[in-house]
Amino acid sequence: MSFVSIPFIYNGDSIPMDAVPVVGDAAFHQTIAELVESGGHLSAMLAAPKDDNFLILAVISAPKQEQIGLIATEVAKEYTSLTPECPAAQGFEREIFEQWGLKPQGHPWLKPVRFQPSRRTGKALPIGDADFFSMAGEDMHEVAVGPVHAGVIEPGHFRFQCHGETVYHLEISLGYQHRGVERSLVGGPDKRTIHYMETLAGDSTIGHMTAYCSAVESLCGLHPSPTAQNIRAIAAELERLANHIGDLGALAGDVGFLPTLNYCGRIRGDALNLTAMICGNRFGRGLLIPGGVLFQMDAKLRRQMRDRINILEADLDSAIPLMFDTPSVQARFEGTGALSADIACRIGLTGVAARACGLDHDVRSHFPYGAYRFDNIPISIYETGDCLARAYVRWLEVKQSIEFIRRQLDLPDSGAGSHPKINSLAPNRLAVTLSEGWRGQICHVAATDAQGKFAFYKVVDPSFHNWFGLAYALRGQQISDFPLCNKSFNLSYCGYDL
Amino acid sequence: MLRVLKARYEQKHRTMKYPSGPLPALPDRFAGRPEIKGPCPEDCRACIGACPVNAISINNKCIAMDMGRCLFCRVCVTACPHGMIMFARNHQLSATRRQELIVSTGSPVKTEILSETARDIFGRSLKLRQVSAGGCNACEADSNVLGTPAWDMGRFGIQFVASPRHADGLLITGPVTANMRLALEKTYAAVPEPRVVIACGACAISGGPYIDHAETINGASSVVPVDLFIPGCPPHPLTILDGLLRFLGHEIPD
Repeated sequence: MSFVSIPFIYNGDSIPMDAVPVVGDAAFHQTIAELVESGGHLSAMLAAPKDDNFLILAVISAPKQEQIGLIATEVAKEYTSLTPECPAAQGFEREIFEQWGLKPQGHPWLKPVRFQPSRRTGKALPIGDADFFSMAGEDMHEVAVGPVHAGVIEPGHFRFQCHGETVYHLEISLGYQHRGVERSLVGGPDKRTIHYMETLAGDSTIGHMTAYCSAVESLCGLHPSPTAQNIRAIAAELERLANHIGDLGALAGDVGFLPTLNYCGRIRGDALNLTAMICGNRFGRGLLIPGGVLFQMDAKLRRQMRDRINILEADLDSAIPLMFDTPSVQARFEGTGALSADIACRIGLTGVAARACGLDHDVRSHFPYGAYRFDNIPISIYETGDCLARAYVRWLEVKQSIEFIRRQLDLPDSGAGSHPKINSLAPNRLAVTLSEGWRGQICHVAATDAQGKFAFYKVVDPSFHNWFGLAYALRGQQISDFPLCNKSFNLSYCGYDL
Repeated sequence: MLRVLKARYEQKHRTMKYPSGPLPALPDRFAGRPEIKGPCPEDCRACIGACPVNAISINNKCIAMDMGRCLFCRVCVTACPHGMIMFARNHQLSATRRQELIVSTGSPVKTEILSETARDIFGRSLKLRQVSAGGCNACEADSNVLGTPAWDMGRFGIQFVASPRHADGLLITGPVTANMRLALEKTYAAVPEPRVVIACGACAISGGPYIDHAETINGASSVVPVDLFIPGCPPHPLTILDGLLRFLGHEIPD
């Protein structure tokens, strides 16, 4: 047990800002290390100005307690780095250094996270102007890719250190998508806030909007109706469905198995069209709003959607097992880009990638919110940690999502899916919300100032945890397996770059 | 092998007949081209106050909506007490001149976007390099989907290619972040002339939700000359396809 007693809150709860204990450097360090050691996940870590100094706040989601722990420390210029003991903190500490110049003593390498302007001075390093890992010797060579890639895909820079075909190290350098979202959220919410949330990672519109709405609802004491929760959950699972189907198709494409690639390309569109049936937009834009949803689902719409889900399921049953049963596909998936459960746990992997290593991490089960409080989705796990596992977990989740959507569609629309008017946010409070986006855990941390405006708003997309996992998975692989490994993670650039 | 053939049979031929056949179905709640029904009766400016991206302006009671900024969120529809703003189901939104994206009372229901140069040079083959410059992956996804069997834009000789050296033009998404500016300039320079530039989505046209952020530069035309604007957040694949086809002079039924 830790020697500091820290508050634990349920997912979507808020507490007064001053209820978060501000402890000394050693106690901060030790408490987090112990929580992570006992299975906790470092969901967020951020710095915020406090008087002349800074508050560093850590958010640890503890599946055993099914609650979220909060602890803070006050820092003037530097603090003891958590990274040597808790590698999951490496990205957060680099981010805090880049934003506020606070130095974690003992961090192995404070390289830039996204080349964003300093929140203190407004100055940014020129993008890509940084030291990169390098190797030297006979037959060593370096392959640099990006920021503009060969496909229709977001920009990022990758450097491979290779000996022959074998990759010894992959370094991923991002920041090309940085749009200044978190900075712009301060002082909100305002009329642009939901549009930032919807476009943080445009393929996870529902995932991020769920977390945002829940944070605002918690800060102003609103409770969305069961119907609104029902529609949100249907939309969230449709989002998962569409993206998993697209990924399964793209994985088939990356090993040259064209039937599944082509079928899934089309079926993915059918899934996006189901979301458009609810709100007119294939990505769920304009569907969620703090307090509820902006569109209803009457009995007729539910019936139509059920029919189309049945067709979609039949199409998938013809397209997907075909791929998994094909020996040439299995041969390429098996053992490629494998991560052990131990590494996954230590680097703080989340979502599909973590479950593919055998970790039973799923916000929907451990920190249930909305409709998931009443209808639990079993966690889909596979244990080999390789591309096969990441593909197969997606297929298991597709099937679970279809069943879940069917159950939710059977619930009647009580007509109370509309949204009440937003009151002003409670001042000086802190809200933490988690949602399970299709990539993994989404964490939003919102704090209000004395006027009830956002003093800070931290967004952690699952990609923030998982890019490091991709880099690690490439070690010892053939460079030609990079596209396959990359697609098996399919991480967001804009969700990371913000 | 037999299973592959069986699946092929089950999945059927799915490429849509459009444009020689009917329009693919749009969702019932689809928000297409904005329509302004008449002048603002009392100059209340509720729509202007509600719009997150300042897409609406009122001059002498005449309401004008800039589709290049609009996120199609429809908050203005709810805000207007007189019901003067609505979004029709019309998916044809593209324009070749920026000012033609501004819609007011009596605006034509579609804009002529044929580029004779583009038609004569690229009418039968247009290879595009896609550059995401701060895009959220929605515009990218709905551009990419045009390559799948259902849409199959390869039918029209349009294709996304892997290198700007192989391309006839760029399709740009995203508000163009400061961090992508140089990469976009270099990619543009790498495309051999003659070349076209297409700005796809509210971000690429005007900056979208990121208008006037210090970290972005308000869209593609701040860096490169844009030949075709395709509005939306994101544009529906049909809107993108319609824009590309009419730009190249293909026959499209109304």
